[in-house]
Amino acid sequence: MSDSAAEQKGMASKAHAEVHSDEEATLEGKSYRLKIFRGDAEGGKEVEYEIEAIEGMVVLDAVLKIQAEQANDLAVRWNCKAAHCGSCSAEINGRPKLLCKTRVEEYEGQEIRVHPIRAFPVIKDLVSDVSWNYGVSAQIQPFTTSEQAPFTMYEEDVERLYEPKKCIECFMCQDVCHVLRTHHKHPEFAGPRFFVRSQWLEMHPKDEGNRLQFLKEGRGGVQLCNITKCCSEVCPVGIHITDNSIIPLKERVADEYYDPAKWLMRKIRGRRNGSSNGNGGTRSTHARAGIRTNG
Amino acid sequence: MDANGHANGSSPHEVREHDVLIIGAGGAGLRAAVAATERGLSVGVVTKSLLGKAHTVMAEGGIAASLGNVDPADGWQTHFKDTLKSGKFINNWRMAELFSKEAPDRVYELEQWGALFNRTAEGKISQRPFGAHTYRRLCHVGDRTGLELIRTMQEKVLATDTQVYMETAVTKLFKNSEGRVVGALAYTRETGKFIHFKTKAVVLATGGWGRIYKVTSNSWEGTGDGAVLAYDAGAELVDMEMVQFHPTGMVWPPGVRGLLVTEGVRGEGGLLRNSKGERYMERYDKERMELSSRDVVARANYTEVQEGRGSPHGGVFLDITHLGYRGIMKKLPTMHEQFLKLADIDISKEPMEVFPTIHYTMGGVKVDPETCATNVPGLFAAGEVAGGLHGANRLGGNSLSDLLVFGRRAGMGAAEYVKSNGYSTEIREEELNAEKKRVMAPLEKREGENPYKIQQELQETMMEHANLMRNEDSLKEGLGKVLALKDRLPNIGVGGSTLFNPGWHTAQDVRHLIQISEIIIRCALERTERRGAQWRLDYDGPDEELGRVNLISKKDQQGEVGIEKREIPPMPEHLAKLFEEGE
Repeated sequence: MSDSAAEQKGMASKAHAEVHSDEEATLEGKSYRLKIFRGDAEGGKEVEYEIEAIEGMVVLDAVLKIQAEQANDLAVRWNCKAAHCGSCSAEINGRPKLLCKTRVEEYEGQEIRVHPIRAFPVIKDLVSDVSWNYGVSAQIQPFTTSEQAPFTMYEEDVERLYEPKKCIECFMCQDVCHVLRTHHKHPEFAGPRFFVRSQWLEMHPKDEGNRLQFLKEGRGGVQLCNITKCCSEVCPVGIHITDNSIIPLKERVADEYYDPAKWLMRKIRGRRNGSSNGNGGTRSTHARAGIRTNG
Repeated sequence: MDANGHANGSSPHEVREHDVLIIGAGGAGLRAAVAATERGLSVGVVTKSLLGKAHTVMAEGGIAASLGNVDPADGWQTHFKDTLKSGKFINNWRMAELFSKEAPDRVYELEQWGALFNRTAEGKISQRPFGAHTYRRLCHVGDRTGLELIRTMQEKVLATDTQVYMETAVTKLFKNSEGRVVGALAYTRETGKFIHFKTKAVVLATGGWGRIYKVTSNSWEGTGDGAVLAYDAGAELVDMEMVQFHPTGMVWPPGVRGLLVTEGVRGEGGLLRNSKGERYMERYDKERMELSSRDVVARANYTEVQEGRGSPHGGVFLDITHLGYRGIMKKLPTMHEQFLKLADIDISKEPMEVFPTIHYTMGGVKVDPETCATNVPGLFAAGEVAGGLHGANRLGGNSLSDLLVFGRRAGMGAAEYVKSNGYSTEIREEELNAEKKRVMAPLEKREGENPYKIQQELQETMMEHANLMRNEDSLKEGLGKVLALKDRLPNIGVGGSTLFNPGWHTAQDVRHLIQISEIIIRCALERTERRGAQWRLDYDGPDEELGRVNLISKKDQQGEVGIEKREIPPMPEHLAKLFEEGE
């Protein structure tokens, strides 16, 4: 290969000046040690594994290598391996991470302890039962409009929707949320993920649904959030969950419920005002789809 | 509702009944579910992963439909012609006709259901250029269009009565005494519990089989389950030799080798250069350059590296720096993040290194274009698992619209079939028990060959012998190796229990991978020509005779792979005419 030619053109990148092939990529004599939680709903313990180090490897590579070579039954979820699908969420040294996006070398000189996300029941090893989230999602009124696509919508109308729509449903925001993780308010609190979803629905220029009742009186429970911003910090796609989703929703709820004029209107006309789809506030959006994960 | 098979000491099972069982929850499966549910039927959707994690999510560039929003001259006729030309005319022309006519409606339907696409200045859905599409045709939202599609469909399905069985895998289809598909055996990944689905029809929407190769953009799920379930049930498969190598996968670091770099990069003006700084595409397709069809660009990238003009890690350079940081963050934010995080490369400042990666399988289950019915009564297929639409090479962006056009048709086809037929869903108890026993075997054996090891050997074999350049000697050698691996399948043993045990799951998947690989190699041996993705180095070019046939593979009387060359029916006049006018 003509490296010099590439360099002359300014094309050789800084990170890989030398020539590598697949085989050369193992870092000679170097190994990594990982402590991985092995167990199930009944309990378990950390088991230490040692693997040969490969250049640039992410924690998921390490876990899959252990699975293929040393522990075939090691349970872990993954799909795209490109941080697009949000399957491989777990906790590394107590912090939620996408395993596919976290390089092992970030932990140089530290222990690497990999555990399942803890806000939900553990099934086995690194896999937790996140099916609760799908049940919550099914209770949110979906996109509702009386208009017929194609819609005329301009960039400036929809720009703020791109951010919440980036969500990959890794549920790491749910994992760190104190209301769920510490206070176990699962029955009355939807969690940051579903405030993100509610936000884009509420702000979509063509949507005629109303989710404020769900958020305030239903199982949304947005008032339980005390804006500690933990969710925003862990979002792997950079959604400003607290600032751009939760606070605007809290404001809308406050507007709707604590504005005395609106409060009076609601008493007189039923739970909602300004309803354009005739459903008023009585429309329930119960979970209809059955979701099963369990045995 | 529940029953079990404890009677004769075999593992117990639960029984679930649906009018239509859909296997797979990507774009095609979910669209089929909506179609069948709307017709008042009870629908079950089985998926090996969680809902919303299907491989559809990896589609980045966009969804192709001739809306004509930025190029008003576009229309279904041009989309149809582009699709057939790219497929080297072995496509099913009726599928391509339905596809190009219906794709715009499916895009607008997504918008109706809440999907959000980037907009034009006039407030319409924006469309970007893509390889070998005559006009700017790909509706997109940045470089995460697949995520938008899957989330929209997921939320649509969640608002219906469809029952979703997450993390559940099907191992066999059952037929009744009339030969109709009337059920399936599945296990749940969480506990290993068996479920016997009694159903009046099955829609396969299981996606492709990229996992037969080592370097692939596919997730663990792409093991070709649907194609093997269909093949075992007696269905015909079409043009299985056709496997798409996407021109641009990541090459470094090793862990991400094969990870997709969206064609959107070239769509947005990305330039390919070799180590000498040459824009070498002018030697391969002077007219279309970087936006030539995928088969051509993939071979060009491969050839440059083979001939010693590769990048430091054995790829070629793909440069998008001209867009600048702001442009990249608007149009290709996911790519920026992917390279920065995984490869320490800032693509707004320096070029990427890329090399072909196994991406898509054009071949698949042969279906009726109108209803997506297979030749086996009660069995339907849509999306990547089905074959015919894309011929010898798929155009970028045609996959997402394929999922929706034919997902919907499969759901409607299955619903029609269910409503017009009355028959028993009973099967013989022995058949059920025999299948449960087969599935449990690796766990009962415990000590034995490591399924991951066999999978890895298979992936290496396919890389070496059935890659994007093929020849008879190498294919034959590869076939020998695959058959030897097939013989080792009964030796697989795995430890642990049925509780979320990926070793045990892999033992099931690897059987599918091996069966598909055998069929692909046998078909690749039969198609002795260069056509699209099938590039035989021992033949000079396309063969006129072979250009008029599809290769149909089917399990024969002896249980072996039977291959038939079947004449492609001539195009009707209204379609044939399209090629005369514009040429």
